[in-house]
Amino acid sequence: MNNFIIALIPLLPLATFILLGLFGRKYFKTSSGIIGTASLLASTAISIYTAYKYFFVYGKVNGVYQPITALKYTWHEFSPNLSIDMGILLDPISMMMIVLVTFISLMVHIFSLGYMKGEDRFATYFAFLSLFSFSMLGLVLSTNIFQIYIFWELVGASSFLLIGFYFYKPSAVAASKKAFIVTRFADLGFLIGILILGFQAQTLDFGVLIQRLTTAGSPQLIGITTTSFLGISLLTWALSLVFIGGAGKSAMFPLHIWLPDAMEGPTPVSALIHAATMVVAGVYLAARLFPVYAISAPGVLEGIMYIGAITAVIAAIIACTQTDIKRVLAYSTMSQIGYMMFALGVSKYGGEDGLGYMGSMFHLFTHAFFKSLLFLGAGAVIHMIHSNEMKDMGGLRKTMPITHITFLIACLAIAGIPPFAGFFSKEEILLAAFHGNKFIYGLALLTAGLTAFYMFRLYFSIFWSKQATAEDNLNVEGFASEHKPHSEGTWSMKIPLIILAVCSLFAGLVPFANYITSDGASLATHMDLTFSIAPVVLALAGILLAAYLYKNESDKSTRVAALMGSFYKAAYRKFYVDEVYLFITKKVIFNLIGRPAAWIDKNIVDGSVNLLATTTGQISARIKGIQSGQVQSYAIYFFGGIIGMAALFIYLWM
Amino acid sequence: MFLSSLIILPLITALTILLCKGLKQVRNVALAGAAAQMILAFSFLIQYWKERAAGNTSQMLFEYDHTWFAPLNIHYHVGIDGISLAMILLTAFVVIAAVLVSWTMEKLSKEFFFLLLFLSVGAYGFFISLDLFTLFFFLEVAVIPKFLLIGIWGSGKKEYSAMKLALMLMGGSALVFVGLAGLYFNTNTATGAYTFDLLQIAQMHIPVDVQKLFFPFAFVGFGIFTALFPFHTWVPDGHSSAPTAASMFLAGISMKLGGYGCLRVATFLMPDAAHAYAPIIIALATIAIIYGAFATMMQTDLKYINAYSSVSHCGFVLLGIGMLTRTSINGAVLQMVSHGLMTALFFAAIGMIYSRTHTRLVAQLGGLLKVTPFISTVFVIAGLCSLGLPGLSGFVAEMTVFMGSWQNPNKLYRLATILACASIVVTAVYILRAAGKTVMGPMSSAYDKLTDATWNEKLAAGLLIIAIIAIGVAPFWLNDLIKPGTQIIMDKVLSLK
Repeated sequence: MNNFIIALIPLLPLATFILLGLFGRKYFKTSSGIIGTASLLASTAISIYTAYKYFFVYGKVNGVYQPITALKYTWHEFSPNLSIDMGILLDPISMMMIVLVTFISLMVHIFSLGYMKGEDRFATYFAFLSLFSFSMLGLVLSTNIFQIYIFWELVGASSFLLIGFYFYKPSAVAASKKAFIVTRFADLGFLIGILILGFQAQTLDFGVLIQRLTTAGSPQLIGITTTSFLGISLLTWALSLVFIGGAGKSAMFPLHIWLPDAMEGPTPVSALIHAATMVVAGVYLAARLFPVYAISAPGVLEGIMYIGAITAVIAAIIACTQTDIKRVLAYSTMSQIGYMMFALGVSKYGGEDGLGYMGSMFHLFTHAFFKSLLFLGAGAVIHMIHSNEMKDMGGLRKTMPITHITFLIACLAIAGIPPFAGFFSKEEILLAAFHGNKFIYGLALLTAGLTAFYMFRLYFSIFWSKQATAEDNLNVEGFASEHKPHSEGTWSMKIPLIILAVCSLFAGLVPFANYITSDGASLATHMDLTFSIAPVVLALAGILLAAYLYKNESDKSTRVAALMGSFYKAAYRKFYVDEVYLFITKKVIFNLIGRPAAWIDKNIVDGSVNLLATTTGQISARIKGIQSGQVQSYAIYFFGGIIGMAALFIYLWM
Repeated sequence: MFLSSLIILPLITALTILLCKGLKQVRNVALAGAAAQMILAFSFLIQYWKERAAGNTSQMLFEYDHTWFAPLNIHYHVGIDGISLAMILLTAFVVIAAVLVSWTMEKLSKEFFFLLLFLSVGAYGFFISLDLFTLFFFLEVAVIPKFLLIGIWGSGKKEYSAMKLALMLMGGSALVFVGLAGLYFNTNTATGAYTFDLLQIAQMHIPVDVQKLFFPFAFVGFGIFTALFPFHTWVPDGHSSAPTAASMFLAGISMKLGGYGCLRVATFLMPDAAHAYAPIIIALATIAIIYGAFATMMQTDLKYINAYSSVSHCGFVLLGIGMLTRTSINGAVLQMVSHGLMTALFFAAIGMIYSRTHTRLVAQLGGLLKVTPFISTVFVIAGLCSLGLPGLSGFVAEMTVFMGSWQNPNKLYRLATILACASIVVTAVYILRAAGKTVMGPMSSAYDKLTDATWNEKLAAGLLIIAIIAIGVAPFWLNDLIKPGTQIIMDKVLSLK
């Protein structure tokens, strides 16, 4: 197979970005949506074909999937053995990701055709979507740790552009800045990690790097583990720093604060970037370097496990209290990514012990479908109601039947009810956690119950609750009557919902363990029915509780909230993490570093320059009187000098 | 090829401008001259590639040597390597963009364009000189016109700024001269005469104590040009008072004269001293990077923002030079080119905004993307380049500096590198604050009627953006171009260890 065709997968969206970015506003004002969608369709087709070829034709050698470098080009050479190579890496996880990214992106493109119709900057929107798709595909196909960093930054920038798409809204501007700066801060860790890894391993290439740092006794591994800084080995430093980068992108606690705000972007964007693709980049990065983590730095991996589990629980608790439906979904995403992270954390490398790795990737796969479905469904609801608030919704199951059914499927999938997709992947993770760490397993079970509860809280609040008619819903204050849509949206919005619902139903049946495992060899999994009882019962309990509280309009929920008291309030205020950040940035950094730096520069550094100038000026002003040009005064100085010297001589002589 | 054409061409253009009448004639001649410069610069690039492809490995190409003043053994000796060529290309791009953004300069247009092109004579002359005296001569040529450009066509407290800039740069030149004279009197050629010839001095070994004595003069002298902390205070005032084209020239090219001098003269000719003073250079560069970035964060005027960020970004150049590894020196040169293009673009965008809104205060601007999408996009691109977005030149240059700096195994230097890396977060903060307020956000109704960029502004910005992307997307050509030059310098520096 021609490798250049594989290169088209990211390059087609890039070409679309350039075309629409430069000429879209002028020449493709209405056709830009179709152009973007068509190019992504082509990308998707090539991706699926490539993945098919890899998994079923040439990827497997002796029963183990091998990583294949399909393309490699030296892009920038730092020094003879350290260079950024642009390339394409084919391996099980990259193949899964290209299919996932192109497919979800395609669904979002189609949905956007209807959702963004009539938008003034329609062409710009599709240009940005294409840029994002290009960056994300480049990221997952990277062969080189610096290449992944490049696309990592590009993904961040395109996310910035898309969150800030409604650039005239101050809240959107603030959210886009916040997302970029928080992830940039995390990326600083990634960058320093790369500097350490690159220097110590003397390569930036993933394959060589992993091989050198996992082979016991290799000089690079000895070098990086025996050199230490502050008593901690450089390897631990480097891998922890790289993980900080991943934690920033994947919204791990406490670097998660940008994700809920990122919901300011258009809803389809949230579905694509902040649910299914970009936010899993951190998980992907950890999976990419998994052998190094698992074999050479199990301590760091343990840290990842705890951070993932804590994030999963905290986000699930916060999700139970939020009232903006997109924010509920945002916290839910955070919680599910926490699931994927701790699944990696409990895993080991190779064979049966690698179950967590497989479960993590499996959950990444299924989550992408039902989470993007949830976001697109929420988008359809927002499109109709023109509000993000739960209190403005209710009883929509009759007016939006397709949205209702597909949303319900997604909720069941994320709650882990068999036979929906989420059940299977969650089961693998729980099993891995059960064997790995009982405490984590407990947290995971708790999260599973909470997940079912908040998802169905959302579901009942949107589609049941009030027995209101559509007309009532449309009379919500804040939007003009001419905006009233009469149906649940165009077919371009419904089709992706249906396709994604089908995927959410059946994605769990993919025999995932045959294809994607920590070491490439297939893994025999067994479903233990007795093991499934606990999580499913908990999930059902969560659903029933949500039904009891929210199915019919009542004040039961407020009473429960009041019962929880300050804990509810703290969760509602997102445990005040934002406030802590605000304090550190606004009060500490601005006042204690920024202001003094500016003040010192103005008054001390520049002040001394000015002082020098004024002193010079004053001295010369004083001296200039001497050179007055008047012969008389010169004569006085002259004779004065003579008298003075004479006096001096006489004094000395005496 | 006839290297002196690079000096003669802008000189002829400048003199022709004096014969012209009216703005239209003047600017057409200036544009034609600037375009011719660009063609010339590219033809040198092609010739250079041809020579190298043909296997010519001599350090300098297109050399020309003529005795200028025999009693002191001063020569007019010119020649270029990849580093000079990169600087020449940078100059050509900035000059043409500067001419284009000054298209409607009504006030004393003849004098303005004359001075602008005269400045480029100095810049080209400096970059091609291989004789320290000629080099110094052209350095001076590139300083004096700036005083007039700011003093006459500037804004705000222009007299103060012009004076400050001229005095500080003159002070820098004076230090440079002491350094060069110190070198000169410690050379000894076969004939026993002193020499100013850069290539000959490079072959000699200047006594270490002499190096240690004169290196600070040369390095600080050139360093003042490139905003070496704490001699950077001319930068904010100078830039903010200067007319747009002068700001572009000043930040885009003049600051590079300093970096080039630090590398080519101070480090190359006095490598022992470069080793000895490396800790101080690194410390000052790191302070400039971090402190410049934080100071930028507190600025409210767009030009001050870019000026302080230049202090921070030029710190990368000095950091790369101070680290003395092969990669870091490459990074320093890449950063010079990248910063030159990016900052010229930034000042151009600020000039376009100012000429329409008559304010540069961030607080008074807002939502310009709505009415002036082209200018706003240019502004955002310049900002993204400044914060090191991959695909634009800044990323490649900064990463090369970081990567190269890390290769110096000294633990304290690595701490400096980490601090320098941390500045990219601060950069993101101030760039996004500026962009978020200026081009995004709600727009004041006063700006409803603003018009977007005119053809000349579009062309100016377009040329600079093309150059920025050409480096950002395909850095290998520039890297390959400068590498032979930096390797010769580093061969000499590293042979001492």
